[in-house]
Amino acid sequence: MLSIKNLSVSIEGKQILKKLNLEVEKGEVHAIMGPNGTGKSTLASIIAGRDFFDIDEGEVFYKGQNLLEMDPEERAREGIFLGFQYPVEIPGVSMNNFLRTALNEQRKYHGLDPMSASDFIARMEEKKKMLDMQSNLTKRSVNEGFSGGEKKKNEIFQMAVLEPQLAILDETDSGLDIDALKIVANGVNKLRKPDNSTIVITHYQRLLDYIIPDVVHVLYDGRIVKTGGKELALELEEKGYEWLKEHAY
Amino acid sequence: METNTLDISLKDRMISLFEDKKDQIFKNDIKPVSALRNEAFEAFTKMGFPHTKMEKWRSTSLEETLAKDYNFRIEGAPRQTNVEKIFECEIPDFDTYMVAQLNGWYVYRKAPLRTLPNGTIVGSLAQAMQEYPELISKHYGKYADYNENGLTALNTAFAQDGIFIYVPDGVEVEKPLQMVNIIDSDENLFIQSRNLVIMGKNSKLTLLQCDDSVHHRYTFLNALTEVYVDENSTLDHYKLQNKDDSSTLINNVYLHQEANSNVTTNAITLNGGLIRNDTHVTLNGRNCTANVYGLYLVDREQHVDNHVFIDHATPDSYSNEQFKGILDDSSSAVFNGHILVRKDSQHTNAYQNNKNILLTDKATVDTQPFLEIYADDVKCSHGATVGQLDQQAMFYIRSRGISKENARMLLMYAFTAEVVNKISIENLRERIDDMVKKRLRGELSICDQCVLHCNHPEKELKFNIDMTKI
Ligand SMILES: Nc1ncnc2c1ncn2[C@@H]1O[C@H](COP(=O)(O)OP(=O)(O)O)[C@@H](O)[C@H]1O
Ligand SMILES: [Mg+2]
Repeated sequence: MLSIKNLSVSIEGKQILKKLNLEVEKGEVHAIMGPNGTGKSTLASIIAGRDFFDIDEGEVFYKGQNLLEMDPEERAREGIFLGFQYPVEIPGVSMNNFLRTALNEQRKYHGLDPMSASDFIARMEEKKKMLDMQSNLTKRSVNEGFSGGEKKKNEIFQMAVLEPQLAILDETDSGLDIDALKIVANGVNKLRKPDNSTIVITHYQRLLDYIIPDVVHVLYDGRIVKTGGKELALELEEKGYEWLKEHAY
Repeated sequence: METNTLDISLKDRMISLFEDKKDQIFKNDIKPVSALRNEAFEAFTKMGFPHTKMEKWRSTSLEETLAKDYNFRIEGAPRQTNVEKIFECEIPDFDTYMVAQLNGWYVYRKAPLRTLPNGTIVGSLAQAMQEYPELISKHYGKYADYNENGLTALNTAFAQDGIFIYVPDGVEVEKPLQMVNIIDSDENLFIQSRNLVIMGKNSKLTLLQCDDSVHHRYTFLNALTEVYVDENSTLDHYKLQNKDDSSTLINNVYLHQEANSNVTTNAITLNGGLIRNDTHVTLNGRNCTANVYGLYLVDREQHVDNHVFIDHATPDSYSNEQFKGILDDSSSAVFNGHILVRKDSQHTNAYQNNKNILLTDKATVDTQPFLEIYADDVKCSHGATVGQLDQQAMFYIRSRGISKENARMLLMYAFTAEVVNKISIENLRERIDDMVKKRLRGELSICDQCVLHCNHPEKELKFNIDMTKI
C-alpha cells in the first residue's frame, strides 16, 4: 500500500527526516511513536502532499504510484487522508459545504455522479451518530471556534465521511479525555477494513489500548530506530524515550 | 460639443467652459442654486483638482485620467434611441422602481418628474428645481461642502441634472428604488451628475445605485449625491459598481442623519478603472446608526479607493465601518476611515475594520485609520489586515480532495461573505452573491446595460460548490 524508501527531507537547510524507510501493507494498522520534534508530523505532511519541504532523496510509492509527483488533492482522491495534529480553522466555509464539495470532487474523479442532497445528509447524520457528535457542528464554519476535543473529533468525522484507504492520524488522541478517546478509537476501529490501512501517530501508549496496532515504529531524530509488535509500545511507555537514545545510533 | 486642445490643462478648460457656457449651465436654475454655482466655481478655480500631495489623495492619482482628451455635454439631450433599452433593465424576481441617467442626464418615458401613489416624488433634479423650489432651496448644497474638495466644487459649479427623490413624512417606500447611471458614449466624456434624496421623518427607503459604463471610451464621471435622513427614518443604500477599465468614477456621497435615524450603505465594486468612493456621514442627532460597508474585487490595473468620513456631531450614536477587498494582478486599493468624535459627543461607539487579500505581490493596498476623538466616554476600535490566502487553509482544503482552484474559490468566497451577507434584500443578496462568485472565477463581464445583467443574462454558472446551506 505505502512504501517509503530512503526518504530524506529538510526544511531551510535543516535535515528533518534521514533516510527513512517504512512499508505499510493493506489492512494493517501501524503506530508511529516518538518524542516531540522528531519528524512525525513532517512525515505525515509529506505523505499528504505539503510542499514546503525539500525532498533531498528517496521515494514514496502508494498503490504503485509515485506519490511525490501528485498534488495533495489527487492523493486525497486516491484515498489518502490526513487527520491533522492542528486542524485549521476556515471561517465562512461551513462544514456541510466543505465536505460536500470534497466528497463530490472525489466522486467526480472516480467517474461518479455527485451525491444527492438527501444521500449526503443521511451519510452525515449516520457518521455524526457513530462519533457521538453534536448535530449542529456541521452547520458551523470548519473548525471555527471548536474546542480542542471537537477539532480532533471533527478530523475523525471527516475521515468517516470520506472513507479513505490510507488514513494517517497525527496525534488525534492528544488533548482528548478518556471518553472522547474511546469514541475516536471506536471510529477508527469501525473503519478498519481488510483493504484499508491506518497510520496512527501518537505520543502516548494509551490510545493503543483501544486501537490495537499490527506494527509499532519508533521515530527518533528523523529515522525509524525500532520496529516491533504492539508490545513495543508498552516497553517504550515503561522505559521512556530516554531509553531510545542508547539505541538510536 | 467642445473642441479639445490637449495642451491646455483640464482645469483651465473647465474654467473657460464655465465662462463661455454660463447661459446654458444656469438655464434651469433657481436663484440659490445659481448663487452656489458661482461660489463653487470660485472655490474650484482656487483649489483645482485633488492631487497626491494632499493627505487624502496620497495614494490615488488623478493625473493620468485628467490628462485625457475629454468632451463635455453641457446641452446634453439624452440619446432617445437607448431609452427603451434601458428601461428593459429590470432585475428578475426583484420588483424595483427604476430611474435612469444616461451620460449624466435624466432619461424618462412619460414625465420628467412623477409622484407615486404614496406621495414619493421621483425624477429629474433639473425638473424638481422648477416644481419644488422650496425643497431644493432647503437642502441643495447644504451637506456637500464645496470648500473641502475640488471635485465637489466642480460638481456644484457644473452639474445640471441627476436624480431627485423626496419621501414625505411617515412614508415607507415598499419597492426599492433603483438608480441606474449609464455611460454610453462613442467619444471621451467628462460628466457631472448630481442627486438629491430627501427623506422625511419616520420614512423608509431602499436605494440601489448602479454605475455602469459601456463603450470603452475614456469617461470621467464626477457624481455627487446628497442624502438627508430626517428623524426616525431608515435608509438602506447600495452602490453597485461595474465599470470598464477606461472609466473614472468619483462617487461623493454626503449623508446627513437626524436623531434616531438608521443608515446602512454598502459599496460593492466588481470592476472599475479608477473608482473613488467618498462617503461622508454626519450624525446630527442622538441615537443614530450608520453602517458603512464595502467590498471590492479588482484586478489588472484597476484602482479602488474608499474614503469614509464619519462625523459624530452629537452624543449616543453608533457607527460601524467594514470594508473587505481582494486584489489580483497589479491592482491597488485604498481605505481611509476618518472618524471624528466631537467634544460633547459622549457615549459614541465607532468601529472600523478593513481586511485585504492580495493574490499577487504586485497588488498593493494603502489602508489607514484616522481617528480624531475629542470626547472621553467613547468606545472606538479599528483594525486592518493585508495578507495572502492562508496557505495552511489551502493545504487543509486540498488535502480533502478539493482542487486548488476550488480551494482558492472557497477561501475567497468565504472572505467576501461577511459583507455580502449584510445585504438585507434577499433577492438582491442572491444576485450579488452570484456575481461575486462569477467575478472570483473571472467569468463576469461588464454588462451592456445595467450592473445586474438583466438584458443579457449570462450563461448559467457552472459552480460545483453549493454555497447555499443545505
Ligand atoms: N514549518 C517548519 N519550519 C521550520 N521547521 C519546522 C517546520 N515544521 C517542522 N519543523 C521542524 O522539524 C522538526 C520536526 O517537527 P515535527 O515533524 O513537527 O515533529 P513531531 O511531529 O515529531 O513533533 C522540528 O525540529 C521542527 O522544529
Ligand atoms: Mg507532530
